[in-house]
Amino acid sequence: MKNRLGQFLIVAVVFAFMAAGTAMAADTIKLGVAGPHSGDLASYGIPTIKAAELVVKDINAKGGVLGRQVELLVEDDVCKPEVATNTATKLVSEGVHVVLGHICSGATKAALGIYKDSNIPVMSPSATNPALTQSGDYPNFFRTIASDDAQARLEVDFALDVLKLKKIAVLHDKGDYGKGLAEFAKAFLEKDPRAEVVFYEGITPGAVDYSAVVQKIKKSGAEAVIFGGYHPEASKIVTQMRKKRMDTIFISDDGVKDDTFIKVAQKYAEGVYATGPKDVSSNPMAIAANEAHKKAYGADPGAFYLNAYSAAIALLNAIEQAGSTDYAAVTNALRTKDVETPLGKIRFDDRGDAIGVGFSMYQVKDGAYVELK
Amino acid sequence: MDYFFELFLGGLTRGSIYALIALGYTMVYGIVQLINFAHGEIYMIGAFTALIVISVLTMLGWNQIAILLIAAGAAVVYSSAYGYTMEKIAYKPLRQAPRLSALISAIGMSLFLQNYVLLAQTSDFLPFPALIPDFEFMEPIAHIIGSPELVILITTTIVMVLLTFLIKFTKIGKAMRATAQDRDMAQLVGVDVNRVISVTFIIGSATAAIGGVLIASHIGQINFYIGFIAGIKAFVAAVLGGIGSIPGAVLGSLVLGWTESFFTGYISSDYEDVFAFVFLVLILIFRPAGILGRSTSEKV
Repeated sequence: MKNRLGQFLIVAVVFAFMAAGTAMAADTIKLGVAGPHSGDLASYGIPTIKAAELVVKDINAKGGVLGRQVELLVEDDVCKPEVATNTATKLVSEGVHVVLGHICSGATKAALGIYKDSNIPVMSPSATNPALTQSGDYPNFFRTIASDDAQARLEVDFALDVLKLKKIAVLHDKGDYGKGLAEFAKAFLEKDPRAEVVFYEGITPGAVDYSAVVQKIKKSGAEAVIFGGYHPEASKIVTQMRKKRMDTIFISDDGVKDDTFIKVAQKYAEGVYATGPKDVSSNPMAIAANEAHKKAYGADPGAFYLNAYSAAIALLNAIEQAGSTDYAAVTNALRTKDVETPLGKIRFDDRGDAIGVGFSMYQVKDGAYVELK
Repeated sequence: MDYFFELFLGGLTRGSIYALIALGYTMVYGIVQLINFAHGEIYMIGAFTALIVISVLTMLGWNQIAILLIAAGAAVVYSSAYGYTMEKIAYKPLRQAPRLSALISAIGMSLFLQNYVLLAQTSDFLPFPALIPDFEFMEPIAHIIGSPELVILITTTIVMVLLTFLIKFTKIGKAMRATAQDRDMAQLVGVDVNRVISVTFIIGSATAAIGGVLIASHIGQINFYIGFIAGIKAFVAAVLGGIGSIPGAVLGSLVLGWTESFFTGYISSDYEDVFAFVFLVLILIFRPAGILGRSTSEKV
């Protein structure tokens, strides 16, 4: 008898908590923010939190979404796929309605399955791996950044049409992001009769130096290196090439189009090309968003800030347009309704890529990235 | 042939970078039989200390060589203090405990120091100024080896010779060897074992700090994580050469550096680490105690 009572009490307590959970969920719209907030790639993730905080503060001040306040749930995935699955599970169990993130492609891919099973729309400001949208595996995924093949296309076109190069070495850091990009660049180059890939290899990220690879580039006679990867490796390679008196052209991606790259490689960074999101500094919403960041945090915004800002606006706008947090209605609104963002007027195609968002080529000139028209 | 020579020198530089860290690793192991996983972190702390000192002195407009020497001095003092404290906090209380406990304590210390620097400093990569003056060599050599590489090579050699001398010919060295052979017996005949172990950690940390300053200055960037990767490679090199042996650490590091450099140069950098570790396994199959390690039977 006593036992029965005990069982009943446990069940009652569990139900009480569940009831409390649903009651709280109804109060706010929960926007999850996931990405690297610590670790060596934290500089890619933290600007997204700041963007989300500013957008949410703005919207909450205007009365929230559907009359409900928006609540942020911030979780760290340190850019690691194995951590990202835990991050996703945690966000889902906390009852998020939409997720802004993740930042790194590898982590995003690992987390997406979990969100998909729970019918949660996810929007990344930075995950550029093409398969995330093109595979069609993740109908719940959207992004406010163009995919890597767009960057590789631009890099190759630039190398062939503008620089008129003939011998190109392609390197990558063996990561999902860098290797994916390098493979596209290689495929585009091989299809084009004007140039040949003289050398294609992966390097070990985090190694103390890359002198052997640099010697190999030199021996291959490449006029330019197209590198897929992030700035810590890029700055080491560029520095070592220049110290070995090589003037090989260095073309890379938005993982390198980060001011940390220039800060670290210093004078050796001069002349390096990198693709990055189109310059939107004349867009009034972008100016306002940057001003808000400076006012709130006393510093210039970091990487993917405007993409994250736009993604947060797009997600919350879609909920408003859909009239509920229902999965089908929200994803439909994302695909059909235009929204004004700091990146311009955007909407998403059937695969989840933003229409009207793209890349430009930048070059380091006098210690800063300058957009080439 | 020119290409071979360039790869040879690249491997030599890389090897001497590993060696600067591996020396402290192997020395601590030789005396206390403890794999000090936090050694890489001491190296990283040395680099950070140097960077802070450099930033201040550069603002004051000091001479570059003076800055290098003062920064290296500060790094040595600061890292030694960390090494000393670390031993007192994390290893001394566990001296009578099974060896595994001390090993886990070392891993904990490594994680703690990494995250401590991450929180106290920054997660970003920081530029580290090239402090070693870049002499212009004559052209056939200029594109192969620069003065920073040369300085690292020379420093590694000097540190190796000094450590060997210290252990073989000084009084504290004798006490260290006695402690390494039999701690209890050494204590019975009047060796202050606690002091010997403290000195071992201080010297080991000092070599790591020197390594930190020179290597950071050569690579040009640091962050809180550099100690971990460099530490793992240095540990592998120390095992390869025969852990506990000072010349072994240098030889092991050079072999590792050359293996990586030649495999990358002639085959592919895709499998750089794979080749390096396959080579390590092969050597350990034929010489289980490492290249220069003496296989000793367990004392009963």
